[in-house]
Amino acid sequence: MEWELVMGLEVHVELATKTKIFCSCTTEFGGAPNTHCCPVCTGMPGTLPVLNKKVLEYAVKAGLALNCDITRYNKFDRKNYFYPDLPKAYQISQLYLPFAQNGAVEITTRSGKTKTIRIHEIHMEEDAGKLIHSAYGDATFPDYNRCGVPLIEIVSEPDFRSAEEVVAYLAKLKSTFEYLGISDCKMQEGSMRADVNLSVRPKGSDEFGTRTEMKNINSFKAIERVIAYESARQIEAIEKGEKVVQETRRWDDNKGKTFAMRSKENAQDYRYFPEPDIPPISISDETIKDYTDSMPEFSEAKVIRYGEQFGIAKADAEIIAGSKYLAKLFEETVAICNNPKEVRYWIMTQIMYFMNERGVLPENIKLDPKKFAQFIEIVAADRINKQTGKQVFEEMFFADADFDVEKYIKDNGLEQVDDSDAIREAVAAVFAANPATVEQYKNGQTKVVGFFVGQVMKQMSGKAKPDTVNKIVGEELAKI
Amino acid sequence: MQITKEIVQYVAELSRIKLSEQDAENMQNDLGAIVNYMEILNQLETDSVEPLSHIFNITNVMREDEVKESYDRAEILKNAPERTDETVVVPKTVE
Repeated sequence: MEWELVMGLEVHVELATKTKIFCSCTTEFGGAPNTHCCPVCTGMPGTLPVLNKKVLEYAVKAGLALNCDITRYNKFDRKNYFYPDLPKAYQISQLYLPFAQNGAVEITTRSGKTKTIRIHEIHMEEDAGKLIHSAYGDATFPDYNRCGVPLIEIVSEPDFRSAEEVVAYLAKLKSTFEYLGISDCKMQEGSMRADVNLSVRPKGSDEFGTRTEMKNINSFKAIERVIAYESARQIEAIEKGEKVVQETRRWDDNKGKTFAMRSKENAQDYRYFPEPDIPPISISDETIKDYTDSMPEFSEAKVIRYGEQFGIAKADAEIIAGSKYLAKLFEETVAICNNPKEVRYWIMTQIMYFMNERGVLPENIKLDPKKFAQFIEIVAADRINKQTGKQVFEEMFFADADFDVEKYIKDNGLEQVDDSDAIREAVAAVFAANPATVEQYKNGQTKVVGFFVGQVMKQMSGKAKPDTVNKIVGEELAKI
Repeated sequence: MQITKEIVQYVAELSRIKLSEQDAENMQNDLGAIVNYMEILNQLETDSVEPLSHIFNITNVMREDEVKESYDRAEILKNAPERTDETVVVPKTVE
């Protein structure tokens, strides 16, 4: 039988405010354990949490960017659970009146398919602390620095049918929030985490199967693995005549498997009630208008503009515009050198290579657009060839701020030689060194031309202009 | 609503509290009395009343996003029955 996957996502995103959601402690990542804490975020009795204005602003902007209806009168609720990552024994969250509902995002998958994913709701809440477990002995050490860091949780409808769609959706959220400047969405630092709800059903069926939930998956790779593993597990169970149990399963990234958690861990009864400490929130028409008017240009608009204004193909534009940082580098460099095609070339080849093969993240690229533009002008003027260009680009890309492109080219003697006499001398030397190959050419084996060109380039240390070398090798061969 | 022994045990479990037989019985009586007292409210017609979300008629009580110094760690940890210099210590939460 053919099976279909049905998935819904709950994505937690940490908002990039300076302070926590309900107190003035810093949200800075890291720091010695429990040094970013106060009586409010450690849940001391008698303290009063007060909402951070910026949290509401960032949250509402996220809601608008994801095409949600903003709940003009919304409020917080108390979600009760006893666990040492949350010293208050409850999380302040939103259940009954979440601030955003009924949204939709358009995604484009790697294979170019577009699809709309519906957003059920988005709510604001506080993050919990981090538990560090003793390797031996019966002890856990909670670090409450992250406790109270503002989160939004984006709950999708069960609209995903493949891992590819899930990855495209997460990339879209990351890109959107980067452009809004409301979160850095670093999965590896936990500022973006996804819970996947997954079930399977016979293809063509309208009914939902029994779902399982996998929590806190923190990399794109892990998500694809979780989906592959868990869907295969469910299909196997059903085909063997077993039932899928509705439960939360823990993903073990090292073992590459999901595990059922103990039933006690699974018991969920949050006994929500209206949060008495935080008065309700009301959002005015002016606020909505202000935020709507100040929306930045997002990736879809950029993709269209890059095509119209710069003639960049859609697939390339989607990659560049998919990251605020790549888009910024591209736009600023083009603004200086006015050579979008060449800038596109170096981003799509070299920078993509550094990202895919060396784990460079777009947000960590420190290449100065001025230097990049200077480099583009040198390449466009044919002063260095593409091959040498790769070497120069790599040096420049990973170098410090004081790297000087001109100086590097000069010091390493990389400038192309367009000196016909020098090239002619090199050609003569190559012919002299390879009499047998010359003989082959005379016997009609014209494919050896490539060999001669390669040898001449080598003789010229790669600095000769390929076009000129081709031309002169041709001329000299005609003479023999 | 009847507060049964099972409800008391269930709530105790969710709260990770151990109750003796005697405690549970006392709790059952006390909680029962409170819930019964609240039953008075059921005499009122509330179908057309909006649920109350906050007892004061105020909205948007917020603060600026400005960092203030956090507390001294020793001060934060000092009430914990068990602690290291850096954290409180709780029973291990994983197997």
